[in-house]
Amino acid sequence: MVMALISPFVLLIGISFTLETGAQDEWVLSLANYQAVFEKPQYLRVLGRSLVISSLVALTTVLLAYPAAYFIAFHVRGNKMMWLILITLPFWTSYLLRVFSWKLILGYNGVINSALLWLGLIDQPLDFILYNTNAVVVTLAHAWAAFAILPIFVSLQKIDRTLIEAAHDLGENSIAAFIRVTLPLSMPGVIAALLLVFIPTVGDYVTPKMVGGPNGLMIGSLIQVAFGRLDNWPLGAAISVVSMITVTGTVCAFLFGIDRLKKLVARA
Amino acid sequence: MTRRTGTGTWLRHYTIVYLVFIYLPVVLLPVFSFNDAIYVAFPMKGFTLRWWEEMVQQTGMLHALGNSFTVAVPVCLVSTTLGMCAAKALTSYKLMGARVLTGLFALPLVIPFIILGIALLIAFNSYGLELSLWTVGIGHVLICVPFSLFVLMSRLEGFDRSLEEASLDLGETPWMTFWRVTFPVALPGVVASLLLTFTISFDEFLLAFFLTGNESTLPLYIWSQLRFPAKLPAVLALGSAILVVTFVLVTLAERLRRQGEFRSDTAAGGS
Amino acid sequence: MKDRAFISIKGISKHFGKVRAVDDVDLEIEKGEFFALLGPSGCGKTTLLRMLAGFEVPTAGEIYIDREPTAAVPHFLRPVNMVFQNYAIFPHLNVFQNIAFGLRKDRLPRPVLEERVNDALALIKLDGYGARRADELSGGQRQRVALARALIKKPKVLLLDEPLGALDKKLREQMQLELRDLQRNVGITFVFVTHDQEEALTMSDRIAVMSSGKTIEHGPPSQLYDRPRTRFVADFLGTMNFFEGRVAGSDGDGLAIETDRLGMVRAQGPADFAVGDRLTVALRPENIRISPHTPNDDVDTIGGTVSNTAYLGDRTHLYVTLEGSDQPVLVARQNMDGSGSDGPAGHAAVSLWWRRSSVLLLKSG
Repeated sequence: MVMALISPFVLLIGISFTLETGAQDEWVLSLANYQAVFEKPQYLRVLGRSLVISSLVALTTVLLAYPAAYFIAFHVRGNKMMWLILITLPFWTSYLLRVFSWKLILGYNGVINSALLWLGLIDQPLDFILYNTNAVVVTLAHAWAAFAILPIFVSLQKIDRTLIEAAHDLGENSIAAFIRVTLPLSMPGVIAALLLVFIPTVGDYVTPKMVGGPNGLMIGSLIQVAFGRLDNWPLGAAISVVSMITVTGTVCAFLFGIDRLKKLVARA
Repeated sequence: MTRRTGTGTWLRHYTIVYLVFIYLPVVLLPVFSFNDAIYVAFPMKGFTLRWWEEMVQQTGMLHALGNSFTVAVPVCLVSTTLGMCAAKALTSYKLMGARVLTGLFALPLVIPFIILGIALLIAFNSYGLELSLWTVGIGHVLICVPFSLFVLMSRLEGFDRSLEEASLDLGETPWMTFWRVTFPVALPGVVASLLLTFTISFDEFLLAFFLTGNESTLPLYIWSQLRFPAKLPAVLALGSAILVVTFVLVTLAERLRRQGEFRSDTAAGGS
Repeated sequence: MKDRAFISIKGISKHFGKVRAVDDVDLEIEKGEFFALLGPSGCGKTTLLRMLAGFEVPTAGEIYIDREPTAAVPHFLRPVNMVFQNYAIFPHLNVFQNIAFGLRKDRLPRPVLEERVNDALALIKLDGYGARRADELSGGQRQRVALARALIKKPKVLLLDEPLGALDKKLREQMQLELRDLQRNVGITFVFVTHDQEEALTMSDRIAVMSSGKTIEHGPPSQLYDRPRTRFVADFLGTMNFFEGRVAGSDGDGLAIETDRLGMVRAQGPADFAVGDRLTVALRPENIRISPHTPNDDVDTIGGTVSNTAYLGDRTHLYVTLEGSDQPVLVARQNMDGSGSDGPAGHAAVSLWWRRSSVLLLKSG
């Protein structure tokens, strides 16, 4: 099991240092792929954009999900499970069809344009809402909502209710009690949610392709092209290795930053 | 108290809007599967059932559906079994490096699937394994085990070791203790794990995209159809059918669970 | 072969890494005894019990049950059964299935099985509860089911780990008596672990007091309470006043001891102290009386001032400061016939007296 997990990555790194010669069973060691990745501006630009889009997606997803998770954890008296199921049920349908559905909503003849026309707010359908970064962010924030709701709900549910009552008792109003007690105690869930959304969306290939348009292109598409149309595996491997290191680096930097923040708050 | 109920109402409204946001794209699928037009777009035309009829006749789609079951059923069984073994080992024995092992199992979760997919593609290629539904299944097991592990670990973490000791103490062998005590107690977790891993495998696109040979799973089939508008409405019909089946299954499971809950609730109140 | 006791624990040790959880313990337990392992948490009593059950393998030493060595016997074949601290009632089975759990291998015909389980239910006074789900039981009922489940196996020894710890006070007191009765009826040897000295005193025939992995003393409850031989046991069972002293003289009646706070005290102590030895004098609070008159010359007296009182319902604790010392002496006064408020209050000058026979002499340190 451990071998099965590790050997593909060893091979991935290995192949990224070889040169595509066209001939079978002929391997030439080379740094050319990495040179290509770092010298052609498009790779790093797309990688950078992927990180920005995924960060936006993670933030949006968590911001949208938090109040709902909070409502279920603190204000639903009876059947919390039913609410959770109600919220997560749509995620049991095909990911592809869900993403496709956003085309129907955001498209030229889509739900939003039709509704705005019907309301008389616009005369012409808006053509800037689909095929751009915003469309990617909205679609992904929808597609990964379950991955944000559940960890946040679990961490909120775990909070000892008397702690919040104690904060009220010590003279804090609801908002201050939330900021000083509930929010910090739910941070583990928020952080887990951010990571659970950020990491997979960086590599997503479907959504950018369907709703992203040329400016919504993400790194997954480049990797796919290298393995598909270009048939240049070593180059694709090099892009993957660079992305993997960047993603891991970003995650580590984020966790480190959170840790510093915690210490700063503790000192204050 | 009035202010708190105020926030409560506000939050309730927000959650309902959020639910609309979550359900809107999903509701559109069945709606358009009854729309009497080839193009899936507004404005809508009349009502028709022909896409549903077409769905039943599309052999390619039904074949892909069969393939998805062929992969997802063994995948959910294998990954839940592996997840159970790992969760048992990690929760009951203070293993050296248990944290490292957990981290390693979680590795497929912290790597974008596309990279996992191509890493596996390279690996299978260098092992000389021909791409097929088997290679898709192996890839799916890798990503399903961590999910299964986490579901089962959270179930087994609250598990009281003394239950197993009591069984051993009453003369049961370790093997029978597993089947008479550990497994039944962990059963809700096992069911949850089976459901979750089945769904992940059934719906997984990226790994299947890289790792399959000539056969298509359902997501791959849908992907290929998205380019052909004429085929799309039938795909929507299938998506709606799957949605309805899941809806019924999940509701049923929840009802069963609530019955159990209700009984224990009254017991707690009555004693 | 030498005639051994029913259960014989010989030089048993259990080390977890560098921690000596149980350290070279020797104990003998007789057939049919109700035996308590008593001690503060972390003293090794539970580890010792788990070694009897076979859940822990001793680092050194040997345990004989019914004169047979047990080292090679896996726990599921041992003639012992256990009642777990939290009862470990199987949550997915009902009461009947829980009690019948250990009988699977006997392959009893259904009517026989039902009869045995129903007998067990009658024994624990839960007739008709067979179909109840585990989570429909109260704490006391769970405890009884755990008992029945173990007893139906007809073990040679029943081990109980803090059997009453999870129950509230009233129920605990009731169950103490019931357990005692039950044990007499079934005649099985009970070994139980507790940190509650009152529980140990009430239920057991004999108690072994443990601390830091060793047995400090063992004997019948009254002997350990009235005549402890170590300061640890004197302190752990009940409450005790301690005074440091030195033997000043001895005669046929006993010893005269020069103490730090009580002045000269006479005691009918054991003769193993010689003049000049340092020792500890111990006096139970209930053995110190307050009254102006002393009954006869077999007593010692001292004057003091009441510095504080604590009313406990059935008795009142008085903290009496003696001359030349800040550390008060604790005196317990029984409150009978509503006399609680009659006693001396704060700052009252009082005279204390005690019988020489109630003075305990313990080795210092």
